[in-house]
Amino acid sequence: MSPETILLDHGSGGLASQQLISSLFLKYLDHPVLAALEDSAVIQNGPGRLALTTDSYVVDPLFFPGGDIGSMAVHGTINDLAMRGARPLGLTLALILEEGLEMAVLERVIASVARACKESGVPVLSGDTKVVPRGKADKLFINTSGVGLVADDIELASRLARPGDKIILSGTMGDHGLTIMASRAGLALGGNLQSDSMALHHMVADLLAGLKTGSVHVLRDPTRGGVATVLGEIARAAGCSVEINEAALPLRPEVRGGCELLGLDPLYLANEGKLLAVVAPEVADAALELLQAQAGGGESAIIGTVGLDRSTKVTMQTVIGGTRIITPLHGEPLPRIC
Amino acid sequence: MKYVDEFRDQGLARDLAAALDRTLTRPRRIMEVCGTHTMAVFRSGLRSLLPEGLELVSGPGCPVCVTSAAHVDAFLALAGRPGVRVATFGDLIRVPGSDGTSLAHARSQGAQVEVVYSPMDGLTLARNHPDETVVFLGVGFETTTPGVAATVRAARQEGLSNFFVFTTQKTMMPPLMALFGDPDQSIDGLLCPGHVSAIIGAAAYGPLAERYHLPCVVGGFEPVDILQALLLLVRQLEEGRSEVENAYTRVVSPAGNLQAQSLVAEVFEPVDMEWRGLGVIPGSGLQLRAPYRAYDAQECLGVEVVSATEVRGCLCGRILQGRARPPECPLFGSRCTPSTPIGPCMVSSEGTCSAYYNYSLSDSN
Ligand code: SF4
Repeated sequence: MSPETILLDHGSGGLASQQLISSLFLKYLDHPVLAALEDSAVIQNGPGRLALTTDSYVVDPLFFPGGDIGSMAVHGTINDLAMRGARPLGLTLALILEEGLEMAVLERVIASVARACKESGVPVLSGDTKVVPRGKADKLFINTSGVGLVADDIELASRLARPGDKIILSGTMGDHGLTIMASRAGLALGGNLQSDSMALHHMVADLLAGLKTGSVHVLRDPTRGGVATVLGEIARAAGCSVEINEAALPLRPEVRGGCELLGLDPLYLANEGKLLAVVAPEVADAALELLQAQAGGGESAIIGTVGLDRSTKVTMQTVIGGTRIITPLHGEPLPRIC
Repeated sequence: MKYVDEFRDQGLARDLAAALDRTLTRPRRIMEVCGTHTMAVFRSGLRSLLPEGLELVSGPGCPVCVTSAAHVDAFLALAGRPGVRVATFGDLIRVPGSDGTSLAHARSQGAQVEVVYSPMDGLTLARNHPDETVVFLGVGFETTTPGVAATVRAARQEGLSNFFVFTTQKTMMPPLMALFGDPDQSIDGLLCPGHVSAIIGAAAYGPLAERYHLPCVVGGFEPVDILQALLLLVRQLEEGRSEVENAYTRVVSPAGNLQAQSLVAEVFEPVDMEWRGLGVIPGSGLQLRAPYRAYDAQECLGVEVVSATEVRGCLCGRILQGRARPPECPLFGSRCTPSTPIGPCMVSSEGTCSAYYNYSLSDSN
């Protein structure tokens, strides 16, 4: 017998859809609000402002060292909420499936979504599934939206970076981006290279709780485009220059070696479990200590400073004592010839 | 990775930069002829350490940049054929042909264009798609040629009938001889490409030093490697010597990699080749030898390379010869940027225009 696969019927809204929902989705994503199968989730609200975000995931391969499309979707959406200081309340999960997808693959992804939700304490509250004819999508796409609550005294935004602020990166750069590229290419780069995908909302909550209100000015997660691109966005939004120090950038030897091999710059590679924090200089050391004490934050480092210059340029003091400019990413990073 | 760190040592770099400053008595222009050197120089911020008067110019060493518009047009025509799947190294897919479109455009229109990391991946594609014609686009210098040769040999051993190579492989010495044979050129010394030299050997540059009195130094890719090589070059110039010296002995030997050389000689033979901006250089390309012709895409699939004009206004040709710097191009930074590249030097991450645009602090102003 051939393995069970996704059929167009599974997206029809009829019996097959219902079976998929009850036998797979609710089995893994059991939550009373979701299980009610109403047209929308109604969530108890507290004091504070609502944060709302959405993101689509189309990663190839679906499974990679350190994660998969399911866990990445949950972490990515939680992190987008966390970067504004929001406490995540719940997620939506919308799937676009290609006809013929093996049911076992879908189950693996949903189980991973469930695990990531459980570990992070953020449930899926609403969902949707569509199936498109074979060839009209690549196996499995996910869209997740998230809602969260931002306490009234929290204000985090790129424009709030101020001259003199210190910039902290919560760990090594480029692990995720290089892992994906290496698994796509079938390259074994050795070492413990794996995606850094993880939810950052607990790290953020502890950071904000441990520091004087208002002393953290910006939080950003350097996903696609990497650290370089986000620093450029901060510089432009705040109208300040940014100076970083190459020697301070946390980098795994495997990532450095792999980047050299493929002609890539780790500053432009995606991260899925790191944050950049821009904090007032007087709390920088305390912030660093708080981050280093967190799971996944052990290698946090102060990597630079917001400058006085209004040029909005990002520059880097290189390891050998030279200076170079850091520009935003143009197009997808491509491995070079030779 | 301790080993590499020594070559990024700040103190060592500063000492070398100071030694360069003391040694240099008048302005000198050094050509670095490898895209990887260009990148390393810009990424490490090394230019900001060099003494005033020591100018580094890039030569024709970025494989993507020297691929002619006529060849890109032929790649595009091939990719557009039904039943054809082309396999290529990453940075080639954005290079524009004579009408400004690239393999990336072709892919968005439904052409089967695969980015591969090794020519051997092309064989895998051919095995996985037996009903298609798989063509590997061979672009590059001595560093990639042995891999292409090994792939063609493997295809023949396996008896694959749906795998072909469209070779535009090039060799480094003919364009260098042409460039430095021109009495008009104003380059004082050559920083020889480390990776290419590992294959062809340091001794290969002998004719440049002897015939054209050009100091040649083979250098590695870490900032300290490059500074060391530059210091040797400047010393030669100040002392009036022109020799081949090797500052990258941990990788490069005088004779090079004999095994790779014999593999290449078995599979390939020299042929005249068109270079972007440099025209046709006799004997500077490689084509498959008779026993391997069954894998030659141009011969077996009837691909024609029709001469094409380069993009108007683009100075890539002069830049590749070290005769112009990117900021001298009227399109640089305005109409031509890495997001909207007009010439190949802006496309490849190792292209001179892209390096200037992305990394240069003052030069782009
Ligand atoms: S800036 Fe663009 S158009 Fe000008 S020489 Fe460079 S690649 Fe060509």
